[in-house]
Amino acid sequence: MLTAETLGWGLRGRAILDGISLTVQAGEFVGLIGPNGSGKSSLLALLAGLRRPDHGTVRLDGIPLPAIPRRLLAQRLALVEQQAQTQERVTVRHVAGLGRTPHLGAFTPWSPQDTACVDQALAAVDLLDLADRDWGSLSGGERQRAHIARALAQQPELLLLDEPTNHLDIAHQLSLLDLVRQQGLTVVAALHDLNHAALFCDRIAVLHHGRLDAFGPPAEILTPDRLRRVFAVDAVVDTDADGLCHIRYRVPRRPAVTAAVATSVEKELTRC
Amino acid sequence: MTGHRSAPAFLVQGVAGGLVLLAALAIGAGVGETAIPPDVVLKAVANRLWAAGYPVDPIDEGVIWSYRLSRTLMAACCGAGLAVSGVVLQSLLRNPLADPYVMGISAGASTGAVAVSLLGVGGGLVSMSAGALAGALLAFGFVILLALKAGRSPVMVVLAGVAGSQLFNAITSFIVARSANAEQARGILFWLLGNLSGVRWPDVGLALPVVLAGLALCLWHARVLDAFLFGSSSAAALGVSVRRVWITLIGASAVMTAVMVAMVGSIGFVGLVVPHAVRLVAGVSHARLLPLSALCGAVFLIIADVVSRALITGQVVPIGVVTALVGAPVFALLLIRGRAT
Repeated sequence: MLTAETLGWGLRGRAILDGISLTVQAGEFVGLIGPNGSGKSSLLALLAGLRRPDHGTVRLDGIPLPAIPRRLLAQRLALVEQQAQTQERVTVRHVAGLGRTPHLGAFTPWSPQDTACVDQALAAVDLLDLADRDWGSLSGGERQRAHIARALAQQPELLLLDEPTNHLDIAHQLSLLDLVRQQGLTVVAALHDLNHAALFCDRIAVLHHGRLDAFGPPAEILTPDRLRRVFAVDAVVDTDADGLCHIRYRVPRRPAVTAAVATSVEKELTRC
Repeated sequence: MTGHRSAPAFLVQGVAGGLVLLAALAIGAGVGETAIPPDVVLKAVANRLWAAGYPVDPIDEGVIWSYRLSRTLMAACCGAGLAVSGVVLQSLLRNPLADPYVMGISAGASTGAVAVSLLGVGGGLVSMSAGALAGALLAFGFVILLALKAGRSPVMVVLAGVAGSQLFNAITSFIVARSANAEQARGILFWLLGNLSGVRWPDVGLALPVVLAGLALCLWHARVLDAFLFGSSSAAALGVSVRRVWITLIGASAVMTAVMVAMVGSIGFVGLVVPHAVRLVAGVSHARLLPLSALCGAVFLIIADVVSRALITGQVVPIGVVTALVGAPVFALLLIRGRAT
């Protein structure tokens, strides 16, 4: 169970996050949504213990993060950052193998169990066939999956993901989120696509100007009113028979263009 | 991955590496104005180490023991220390152009050296090497403080290093221009380009433990260094205490480099080229990269020293000139190759 209590954090005197309190239950898939610059990545960094909040505390099962040694924390909590890149020539297997770092001491030899764990992680993201491929030759989606394999090899209870579906095509976006959900871990994921948040999340937290605007089940959170206020979009929210939300965005039509297209079509028709 | 080597394979590789190093040392001690065959070198060393009592010409023995062996060992220490520092800095700063001098260390060392030798700082009680060591550590401290103030990112560290180097180089030039006569200026230049001529056993007695301790410390952090593959926040997420590792390993590199520069001047390109070349062959795993780089750096500098003595008869070319003449083209090749892949 991950708890944030009145978190505040700023950069060069500018407040990025302010008064954020939320509790993530074990096994839950929590989506973090909000416009660009609303503080999603910063909140994930605080929740992962990478940055110390200026105010408030993050607790894992009641223990404040600074009181947990880094290595023990990394055995329980894994973070997949946005677009972590390297110029080095490494294989997919090597990248996934980094996930074993918190479980291995300075002189602990690599064991067959570690290899098995990495194989399992690679299999989970369907990369076992590409295990010996060079990092540089991978597509964006394959790299993202390799990062998730690395996180899974950490064998965490909690997985924090920062926009994991960026730069992926739609099929890979859906399969990746589905894959994450199937691991049975507690997940907190910053997501850009609101429909994906509606499809996959048990609860959604909405960040707006560094504050927590709302936190609850998708059907309660994704209302036309809130979408207009937070994201500045006009949208219709449908709820299907399973109780899942679907968001349709509405943009103003461009009558002049439509008319022009109509007349040109008419001309084409009369010419025939 | 790190541990896929079995223990016997590791042992075999270790022994092979040791033999290569011994061979290089024997060659380094044998080649010179009077060539001495390797078996005589080994006999002379055996005589000195455990009084083996082989019949060896006492002059040969003296040349080998008092002059060439200490010098060759120093070259090995320097090469290993600079190469290991290069590996560590390139990994931690995530900058392929980082080398042991990026933190302003050689610039500071030269300032310290000229301050002692030309300005008379220390009133004759401080040796030029001690001045260089103090200058190197001072410059390193300055660069680190500047980097911390400027925002702590690896790029800032490199930029702070550039700024620090320029500053200390300017001070050096100022002191030389103001106070040195032509003879002194030539001596300073020779020192700056790397000079193993004056090396004796007490120098080796300091350099060898420093390098061995530095290498051991870095090897202890090999797995941690691997975790920096995707940057420091990714390393932190993998359970690495980034700040502690930075302070420990960058500090260790700085001390190793400062000690080497203080004794033999700044020898360029070893710390830059050797890690890249080894990485191409051995991959990115530091458990392999660090010892191999140390070995290659040591052997490379022993050979460079031999070349610097043999290139022009009766004269020693500064070893920094030899390493740069070899290193610069190799580095250019690496850059082009790196772009092609």
